[in-house]
Amino acid sequence: MVKLAEWRGKELFRKYGIATPKGTVVRSADEAERLVRSGGVPLPCVVKAQVLAGGRGKGGAVRFATTPEEARAAAEAILSLTLDGQPVRELLLEGKVNLSRELYVSVALDRTARLPILITSGQGGVEIETVPDEQIARQRIDPFPGLALYACRNAARSLGLSGAAAGDLTGLLRALYRLFDQEDAELVEINPLGLVGEHLIALDAKVIIEDDASFRHREYAEIRDDRTPLEEIAREKEIAFVQLEGNIGVIANGAGLTMATLDVLKEFGGEPGVFLDLGGTDDPKKVTEAFLLMAQARPKAVFLNIFGGVTRCDTVAKGLVEAMQTVPSSERFPLVARIRGNNEAEGIAILRAAGVTSVPDLRASAQAVVAEAGRVA
Amino acid sequence: MSVLVDHDTRVLVQGITGHQGTVHTRAMKEFGTQVVAGVTPGKGGSTVEGVPVHDDVLSAVRASRANASVIFVPAPFAKDALIEAVDAGIRLCVLVTEHIPFHDMLVMYHYARSKGARIIGPNCPGIASPEKAKVGIIPNVVFRRGRVGVISRSGTLTYEIVNGIKEHGLGQSTCIGLGGDPVVGTSFVDALPMFEADKETDLLVMVGEIGGTAEEDAAEEIRARFTKPVVAYIAGRSAPPGKRMGHAGAIISRGKGTAATKLAALEHAGAKVARFPYEVPEMVAEIARKLERR
Repeated sequence: MVKLAEWRGKELFRKYGIATPKGTVVRSADEAERLVRSGGVPLPCVVKAQVLAGGRGKGGAVRFATTPEEARAAAEAILSLTLDGQPVRELLLEGKVNLSRELYVSVALDRTARLPILITSGQGGVEIETVPDEQIARQRIDPFPGLALYACRNAARSLGLSGAAAGDLTGLLRALYRLFDQEDAELVEINPLGLVGEHLIALDAKVIIEDDASFRHREYAEIRDDRTPLEEIAREKEIAFVQLEGNIGVIANGAGLTMATLDVLKEFGGEPGVFLDLGGTDDPKKVTEAFLLMAQARPKAVFLNIFGGVTRCDTVAKGLVEAMQTVPSSERFPLVARIRGNNEAEGIAILRAAGVTSVPDLRASAQAVVAEAGRVA
Repeated sequence: MSVLVDHDTRVLVQGITGHQGTVHTRAMKEFGTQVVAGVTPGKGGSTVEGVPVHDDVLSAVRASRANASVIFVPAPFAKDALIEAVDAGIRLCVLVTEHIPFHDMLVMYHYARSKGARIIGPNCPGIASPEKAKVGIIPNVVFRRGRVGVISRSGTLTYEIVNGIKEHGLGQSTCIGLGGDPVVGTSFVDALPMFEADKETDLLVMVGEIGGTAEEDAAEEIRARFTKPVVAYIAGRSAPPGKRMGHAGAIISRGKGTAATKLAALEHAGAKVARFPYEVPEMVAEIARKLERR
């Protein structure tokens, strides 16, 4: 999941022929002031934080300026903010647009129908979740013919647009769908979509690109997104790794089993801090890498919950023992293991030789790891 | 009768010469499955685990009368492999491959459907009916012939639960891993009527997880039309919103797809809901005892 910052999203919009305000990205208050002074952005202008957090308007991360000095002050104020834990590093400066209406349009995936879905609403500029359902129009798009003209006409009607504005909407929606399709997007959203005279202009851009299509979209590989540094390393090593709020690391195989292990821990009073799904592997080296990565997250205790299928228990045990020898003593953590399934006996024997006991009962093992985490804290 | 596979299932393995293809061809044969052909373009004429390899699916089907395919082809080529199987007349395709872009799956799903073919997966362990056939990668050891149907979005968690059912002295009729992706060929709603019709299934275990509304849709189907007892478990109660938990489909986005709404919907539909994975076999055993007394 690559979430694009607004300015990157708008760059894509322009590439596909969707109108946006004229804008420039800056990284300091000096730069903002110079840009406005040189006429690079028309006045009055809007200064917007480029972070992936929602609710920027309410958080004071979007401000208006009518002079270069005001632009500088706005930039300084916004650059000092941290939104959803993300410090603001980039600002987008754009000429302010005088619009008569704020609309909403997006293309997303309808998982139940297995079709893209076009969502439109006359209530733009607010979070779509807060808009009453009867004010939202949804139309499924069949990928074979693509977005049909009649669907665009329906959308225009539902938005109360006619004449040139309706024509403009058709062009915009077709571009939006083309972008969704060709860039392998999960979501393309314009909120608000401004109506200026008879023209439509994208005032914001929310674009999420699918990870699994990265083999044909190398251009998104460099975008750092909102992953933590460890999550970034894990991604390169193809390990499913999610950092959470708590202090217990969970290593399991399979996403479902890993999630279930987190749930059980939580139930027994534990606070999961890392979700690490080994996936299916028959390479002890990958297991070792996973453990070393886990060590870097500094958990208070680690719960290894393996059900051997494609991934054999002895493979995991070998990789684990190898990792235990590599981890510096300062990064060691108490470990509770539960390994069952394919080659269980061999795995347990390898672990025992290294001083790790496998607790077969999920309840007992979960309680043991919660106790370990409590003891260390 | 079982669901989708039986003694007449003749399996073709696409990507048979790869590591996974080879390992699981052997495991499927050990399960008792008729694995009749393999395909790897450029490797035609060789054999893998005694199974003849062909260059293309149509030749393989003509030579072997294969009627089901299991696909181990890497994600960038999976769409093509699926279309080739469907065009060659295969009507049951199990997609083990993970990381297939969902945009590809949209096309694959609707193409297969237009030709009357069913996809299971992607990113799934496949389907198995003990003592009949296995198309996929579910470990053989967890199975025992019985009367419990299993449908799941997860792999390993399902093995654990199925194994628990076995340890309670019970067994499975058919077990289907539907896959953890946002777009799957066969959903709970698609699978439910097949288990309702299956005379070898007495009760059904459903293993869901956070993300999307497949469980809510299933609850609606259960309430309206499913008459057998259901035991359900949902993974991801403690998952935070906005984080993708290992599976591409396992994400709470914009407040939708939480475990709480799924559990509530299933409970409302009359399913027994387990809080822990280990409660599932216990609940199954209890229902089985009641059914026996009847």
